Amino acid sequence: MKALVWHGKEDIRCDTVTDPEIQDPRDAIIKVTSCAICGSDLHLFHNFIPGMMPGDIMGHETMGEVVEVGSGIDGKLKKGDRIVVPFTIICGECDQCKRGNFSVCETTNRKRHLADKVFGHTTAGLFGYTHLTGGYPGGQAEYLRVPYADATHIKVPAGIPDEQLLFLSDIFPTGWQAAVQCDIEPTDTVAIWGCGPVGQMAIRSAILLGANQVIAIDCLPERLSMAEAGGATTINFETESVLERLKELTDGKGPEKCIDCVGMESHVMASLPDTLLDRAKQMVMAESDRPHVLREMIYVCRPGGVISVAGVYSGLSDMLPMGAFMNKGLTMRTGQTHVNRWTDDLLRRIEEGEIDPSFVITHTVPLEQGPEMYQVFRDKRDSCVKVVLRP
Amino acid sequence: MFHFSNFVRTEGDPKIVEGGPSLKRPADQLARALGWFSIGLGLVEFLAPRRVTETLGMEGHETMVRAFGVREILAGIMSLSVDKNAGLWARVGGDGLDAAALLSGLTPDNPKKGNIALALLMVGGIAMLDYRAAQDTKPRRPPRDARRKLYPNRSGFPKGIENARTAAKQIAAHPKA
Ligand SMILES: NC(=O)c1ccc[n+]([C@@H]2O[C@H](COP(=O)([O-])OP(=O)(O)OC[C@H]3O[C@@H](n4cnc5c(N)ncnc54)[C@H](O)[C@@H]3O)[C@@H](O)[C@H]2O)c1
Ligand SMILES: [Zn+2]
Ligand SMILES: [Zn+2]
Repeated sequence: MKALVWHGKEDIRCDTVTDPEIQDPRDAIIKVTSCAICGSDLHLFHNFIPGMMPGDIMGHETMGEVVEVGSGIDGKLKKGDRIVVPFTIICGECDQCKRGNFSVCETTNRKRHLADKVFGHTTAGLFGYTHLTGGYPGGQAEYLRVPYADATHIKVPAGIPDEQLLFLSDIFPTGWQAAVQCDIEPTDTVAIWGCGPVGQMAIRSAILLGANQVIAIDCLPERLSMAEAGGATTINFETESVLERLKELTDGKGPEKCIDCVGMESHVMASLPDTLLDRAKQMVMAESDRPHVLREMIYVCRPGGVISVAGVYSGLSDMLPMGAFMNKGLTMRTGQTHVNRWTDDLLRRIEEGEIDPSFVITHTVPLEQGPEMYQVFRDKRDSCVKVVLRP
Repeated sequence: MFHFSNFVRTEGDPKIVEGGPSLKRPADQLARALGWFSIGLGLVEFLAPRRVTETLGMEGHETMVRAFGVREILAGIMSLSVDKNAGLWARVGGDGLDAAALLSGLTPDNPKKGNIALALLMVGGIAMLDYRAAQDTKPRRPPRDARRKLYPNRSGFPKGIENARTAAKQIAAHPKA
C-alpha cells in the first residue's frame, strides 16, 4: 500500500509499504477513506519531538471502513462498519479509561518503558506519533491497523460526508476539551492563542459553550478571517499589541479564560525577544519548547482565571513566570485529548446541524501529494488552513 | 530495494517495499554539507587556535581565532536546523569577517603570505557556495503583504452564528433542560 513515511527532518515521502496485518485478536484493519495533516504532525516534520525513526508512518486523523477484524473483537465492530479512529489508542478497561482519562490509558503504549522514563508515567499509545507513545504506524496510508479496535473507534452513520466526521478523530474534540476545561460562564471572555485548525475548533466550542466574548489571536489574515467568521474578535499579534488590545477588550481586567492552541513552536519575531532566545536555546538543545504563549497567557489572564493548554509541549520550557501564576491564583489544565469522552456528544451536534467542522478544510488532495502538502501547510502558503488527504 | 529502517521495525508493522521520491532539493543537501563543514572548522579553530595562527603567520591572534570558532559552530548548528536559511546567511557574514581578518595578516613581512593567499582563495570559494545555498533555501512563507484568500463565510455553524449563541444562552439559563 501507499503511505506517508517519515525519513528525517523535513523529509516525508510517499512510499510503498507492506500492508498491515492483524497482530492481535483485538485488532481491526480499516481501508482509509480520508485522513488529514495536523499541526502536531508539523512538530514531527521539524523533528522537534524526540522519538521518531526513519520508516515510521505518519498520521493520526483517520477514518475509513472496517475490512478485517480480529477474533477478539466480540461483535463490537464488524466488516463494513464505517468508523472514525481517535488518535489516542484506548483499552477501555484500565483505571484511567474507566474514568474517561483516555489519553493517559495505562495499557496501550507498547513502548511504555520509554514513556515511564521520560514522563514519569506512561500515557496512551498514539497513532503515527513517536516511539515514546508506542511507535504505532499512522493513518496517512491506504490501510491502517487499529489496535484495541473494540474500544478504539467512533462508529459513524452513513449519509454524512467524510469531511464532516473526520475531525472527530482529533481537532474537534481537542478544541472542545480545551474550551470545556475552562468551565466557561456566560459572562466570560475567552482568549484563544493560535487560529490554526485547533484554534478554529476551540473558537466554535467556546461559542457553543456560551462564552460572552471570544477573542482570537494569530498573525495570518486568512486564519483571522476564519476566526471572525466563527464569532471571534481578532488580534493580529504582528501588527497590534496583544497586551493592550486584550486590556481594551476586557475593560482592563484581562480575559477570565485563556486557551493555548499554538504549542511549542510559537512564532519567532525580533519584536518578541524571548522567542529569539528560546529559538537559540532550542538549537543548542538547552530548551525543547518555545513557551511564549504560556508566558503571555499567565501575564494577561485575569486573577483567579483558567489557562487551558491544547498546544503540544514536548519537554522543558524555561522562564515561566511562576510568581504571577501562583500569586494570581491561576489554574492550568492541559492534556492530549480524551477523544472518546466527547465524541458521542459532538457526533450528535454534527448530526443535528449545530456545527459542521468541514468549514476548516482548505485543501483536499490525493495521498501521493501529501509530502508537498506538508510543506504548503507548514509555510502557510496558498492560504492553507487544513489539508485532507484521500488515499 | 534495501531499506535500513526495515531492520528496526516492530515485528508485523508495515515495512518499506519501494521508497518514494524525497522533496529535499540539492540546495538542502548543500546546506547540510556546509553546516557540518562549519562545525568541523569551528572545532579546529576553537580547540587548536595556535595551529591555525602558526600556519597563517598570525601568532598572537589566538583569542580571535577561538571566537571565530564559536561563531562557525553556531552558524553550523543553525544551518543544520529548520532555520537553515538564517544559518547560511550567518555563514556569508562570517566569510566576510574571515576575509577581513586574513587580509589584515597579509603584510609584506609575513613569511606565511602564501598560506594566507591560499586561505583567502578557499574562503572565497566557500563564500560562493554559502551565498548560493542561502539564495536557494529562502523560506517559502508568503511575504506579509502577499495576496491571500480570506474566509469570511466559513462560520462552521450551518444554522448561523446567532443561532449558536442563542442556543448556548438558553442552555446556560436552564442547565438541566
Ligand atoms: N492536545 C491535543 O490533543 C492536541 C491535538 C491536536 C493538536 N494539538 C496541538 O495544537 C497546536 C495547534 O495545532 P494546529 O493544527 O492548529 O497547528 P497550526 O500550526 O496550524 O496552528 C498554530 C497557529 O498558531 C499561530 N501562532 C504562532 N505563534 C503564535 C503566537 N505567539 N500567538 C498567537 N498565535 C500564534 C500560527 O500562526 C498558527 O496559525 C499544535 O501544537 C498541535 O500539536 C494538540
Ligand atoms: Zn492532531
Ligand atoms: Zn485504558
